[in-house]
Amino acid sequence: MSAPPPASQHQLFSPARVWALASNTLLELIRLKVFYFLLLFGLLIIGSSAFVGKFTFQEQFQVLKDVALGAMSIFTWLLAVLSTALLLPKDIEERTLYTILAKPVPRFEYLLGKLLGVLTLLLIATSLMSFLFVGVLYFREQSAIAGLGQMPPDEQVAAIQAIRAATFTTSLVPGILFIYLKAALCASFTLLLSTFASTTIFTIMVSVVVYLIGHVQSLARDYWLQDATAGPMTKIFLALVSLVFPDLQLFNVVDDIAAGAAVPLAIAVKTGALGVLYTAVYFLVGYFLFQQKEL
Amino acid sequence: MKRALLSVLAVLAFGAARLLPEAALQQEQRAAGLRQGQLDLAMRQRLGQLAFVAALSGFRAIVADGFYIHAQSAWERVDWAGLKLNLDVVTALQPRCVLFWEMASWHMAYNASVAALENRAQPREALRIRSAREFIRTGEEFLLDGIASNPESARLYDLLGMLYSHKLGDHCKAAWAYFRAAERPRAPMYVQRFAAYELAQCPGHEREAYEILRTLYLKGDQERLPTLLKWLHRMQQKLSIPDAERVYNPAPQNPVR
Repeated sequence: MSAPPPASQHQLFSPARVWALASNTLLELIRLKVFYFLLLFGLLIIGSSAFVGKFTFQEQFQVLKDVALGAMSIFTWLLAVLSTALLLPKDIEERTLYTILAKPVPRFEYLLGKLLGVLTLLLIATSLMSFLFVGVLYFREQSAIAGLGQMPPDEQVAAIQAIRAATFTTSLVPGILFIYLKAALCASFTLLLSTFASTTIFTIMVSVVVYLIGHVQSLARDYWLQDATAGPMTKIFLALVSLVFPDLQLFNVVDDIAAGAAVPLAIAVKTGALGVLYTAVYFLVGYFLFQQKEL
Repeated sequence: MKRALLSVLAVLAFGAARLLPEAALQQEQRAAGLRQGQLDLAMRQRLGQLAFVAALSGFRAIVADGFYIHAQSAWERVDWAGLKLNLDVVTALQPRCVLFWEMASWHMAYNASVAALENRAQPREALRIRSAREFIRTGEEFLLDGIASNPESARLYDLLGMLYSHKLGDHCKAAWAYFRAAERPRAPMYVQRFAAYELAQCPGHEREAYEILRTLYLKGDQERLPTLLKWLHRMQQKLSIPDAERVYNPAPQNPVR
């Protein structure tokens, strides 16, 4: 039997320990059968065609893209909030948290491992949904091209170009990335909430409210910064909303992307960086609260 | 308690730090044509509470699709007012979707206008024509509003040109619209030709039309389509272009026996 390593060998921060915690979190979440929602997603994007059978192929592609990207947005957000809200209460209830923290595992690593586990789950879910979406879109595209029938070669080339332009655009990539980032932000915020929340229900409810307010935060900010006629109480309220809640509309460009709008690289980078910053800051505040939490 | 207070302060400080960069990013996104959906009190009235909340919560496109399906039903019921109301909502929610502007304009300027013209419930022809004109104008407005939201769209200018030419008989405006379409990225090749055909019918612009038709003709066989040849020949005759300067001389037709 080998002797335990001396205390001096214990690393203050170990990526291996964080990854062990993250992979364990991921496995736990997978065992909760969270990926069953993919069936629902598949049914939704395939079934959406039932409503648009009489539409032209451009209309069908438009509805398919809107429904698929909207469903991806809903599912990743739900997955982020529900899976994160469960993590800490479950570990406390099953006493796993005490077993882990009794070992030389800093709370920072524990919390980071939990967050990374959820983020990996979200990455897998987003990737799977993207593959499914791209697969259905490709199948529809090929069906539309096959259905063109006999026409002069130059008209056929133009028709194929029109079909391809209505299906795949490069902007879909940043669109899906923004969906992931928004879900990551929500996961990090939910983790922050669960560090002090007493019940899972409370965490979920507050997360949902934050999600809804986050989408109108920009309106509050605009009024606060630009409307000189607002009274002092209104100004204070608007300032609080603007400062406390995240601006989720910044990540909400997927509707325009589905409509065919392009996202300039500079905007994609800035929005991406903002998403990472939000996730990091909410995680650090959550850790700050969790550090001294009595367990 | 102290930690909770410090956490709140940290969130507020982060909020203050991101305030102006976020406002700037929002401006950049809007300047790039993103986040153009109109979500105000007027839209709240039209959508109803649930759909409005959904649209605000990041599901604007799905809500717009729902209203588009409603519009389709209204069209099938020949309910033109219902169709217009639904299309107004759809285009206001998704102004960056060229397809919705295109379909809205087509329904109004073509389907609704023809239905109004053939409306047997209205015995007075003058009123039928007036009603049809109003629908055509509504279709034109949809296209002009769509162009304001999608200034780079060749398709909307192309459709506007077609509407001016076929529905309003305004060849000067049609030429203008086709020329704008030709200046747009990924414009189809035919819009330049169509612009020239329309210009040839715009009084006082025959010389310009002739020069464009001539230039197109000299580009090669891919441009020498029957309609182009017809208009080039007409312009040559109308402007009395000397035979030596004519680039196109059609073979004399057999005399009618």
